[in-house]
Order: sequence, then C-alpha cells, then structure tokens
Amino acid sequence: MTVTLNGTPHDLAQGTSLATAVSLLTTSATGVAAAVNGAVVRRTDWESTGLADGDSVEVITAVQGG
Amino acid sequence: MDDKFVLAGEVFSSRLIMGTGGAPSLDVLERALAASGTELTTVAMRRVDPGSPGSVLDVLTARGIRVLPNTAGCYTATDAIRTARLAREALGTDWVKLEVIADERTLLPDPVELLDAAEQLVGEGFTVLPYTSDDPVLARRLEQAGCAAVMPLGSPIGSGLGIRNQHNIELIVESAGVPVILDAGIGTASDAAIAMELGCAAVLLATSVTRARDAELMAEAMRAGVIAGRLAYLAGRVPRRRYARASSPPPGR
Repeated sequence: MTVTLNGTPHDLAQGTSLATAVSLLTTSATGVAAAVNGAVVRRTDWESTGLADGDSVEVITAVQGG
Repeated sequence: MDDKFVLAGEVFSSRLIMGTGGAPSLDVLERALAASGTELTTVAMRRVDPGSPGSVLDVLTARGIRVLPNTAGCYTATDAIRTARLAREALGTDWVKLEVIADERTLLPDPVELLDAAEQLVGEGFTVLPYTSDDPVLARRLEQAGCAAVMPLGSPIGSGLGIRNQHNIELIVESAGVPVILDAGIGTASDAAIAMELGCAAVLLATSVTRARDAELMAEAMRAGVIAGRLAYLAGRVPRRRYARASSPPPGR
C-alpha cells in the first residue's frame, strides 16, 4: 500500500502501524507529534493505529522560529 | 524590587519573551537566550527533518526555559488549530502563540481568521496568546474570546521599524484586563523600553537579537531596555511641557 509520509509517498506493508511509519522519519522519543489525514493521534495510540492505503501522515517537531 | 509578570497564572521574573527564529546557529542562540534572561521562548512546529543538527528543544530544556509553540506559517483558522493541537501533543503544553497570517509580503495578522481560531482554541482548553494587529477593537474582541493576553505588533514581523502607532498601543493597554505583550517590530533596545513605558506587560522579540551583529550583546541590551522601560513606567514620567521649567531655584541669584 502507498502511504504519504510528510509529503513523500512510501510503499509500506499492509497493516503497518503509525508507530512504525513514524520511526522511518525520526527516532526522537520526545517532542514529536503525528497526525493521520489531519487528525492528531496521541503517542500512546501510535502502536495500535493501523495505516491504510492512501493515508497521509504528518510528523512534526519544534524548530527555531517565532 | 518585586515586580513579577503573571501570565495565565504563571509567574515570571523576566518580562522579555524571546523567539528562536533567525539565529545563525544553536550555539549563538543559546548564548543569546542566556544573556536575555528570558524564561519563556517561542518555537515553530515543522515536519521532522532527519538531517537536522541538534534540537532547539534541547537548548531550552538545558536552560530551564519554558517553551511556547507558535502557529507561524498558518494562513487559516483551520491550519492554526491543527498546528496548535500537534504542538500540544508534541510538547505537552496547552499554551500557544496564535499566529494567523494574511499574506507573505506583510506577514500581518488576518483578523477574521485569528478571532475564529482564538475562539475555537479557547473552547478546546488552550491558553491562547494571539499575535494581533495594533487594533484596540480587535484586542478587546480577543480578550472577550478568552485569550490569556493580547500581543499587538509594533510594526511588521522582522521589520525592525519599532512601534509605529504608540497611541494605539496605549489605547489597548488602557482597556485591557489581560497582559498586553508587544510582539513584533522591535528593532533595538530603545524600542523595547518604549513598549514597556507605554504600559505593556512584556515584550516578545526575536529578529532584533538573533540577526544582530552580536546577538548575545543585543540580548543583554534588550534585557536592560525592558527593565529600564518597566521601571520608568512604574515611576511615572514627568508631563511633557511646552516651555522650560528651571530645575535650579530662581532665588539667590
């Protein structure tokens, strides 16, 4: 299945969890949040959240700004 | 003297809120933050970058500085709300500097989207600190919406043009029941002092420090400027007079 991670399409195995998808982008244990199709998913739910074909995942963190 | 800054129930000794944007390196940023004496500092939320060197969060944590996420780069209420929710999840704070920008050239706030986003975020339990235009009516509406402060601009973000409409800032301060924080446009230390003399509770700045030739030294200047302006405000300036008034006694000449 194809899942978009921070704007880039990735070919992932069926049933890949959000936790696995996030780990492809960052290994940071703190300061990171994820949203699937625009909805924020709590970190405690990343393992149990399965992704589906066509999903769009955003993984964000704090950077210098403001 | 004991003159604490209370914002949304939290007590701060420093009335200088720093931004972290524009610093040439994390090292320069860290030294500037230390010199500024700030206890509250903004960060932006962006996609993770695996190649990014170091983290601004590590710097803030090491310095014991409270983090204030912003919604910079958002052009609609919907965008800003999504960013605020992500920031709350990522950083574990319900404080947000709410920015909803109208266009890239001026970076001026979009008042309609701003008020809409503020109302919704207050409803979701956020402590909302809105970056707003220097419009006393909009400031009042934001306060009525439940914002914990109002943060009018002095002039456009990063312009260094200082406070272009001091009268409006005074009007906002006069009627506000929440802290007024001068946000954006500060160019140098005297601008920060003027903001405080006008009665602002605090000043938020970034560019004027982070892009100064010597960021650390300018941070120290801003710290002093904010303190000087605050003391002058509390002391009460003499009225402006049209003609001279001798300061030495006339008799005995």
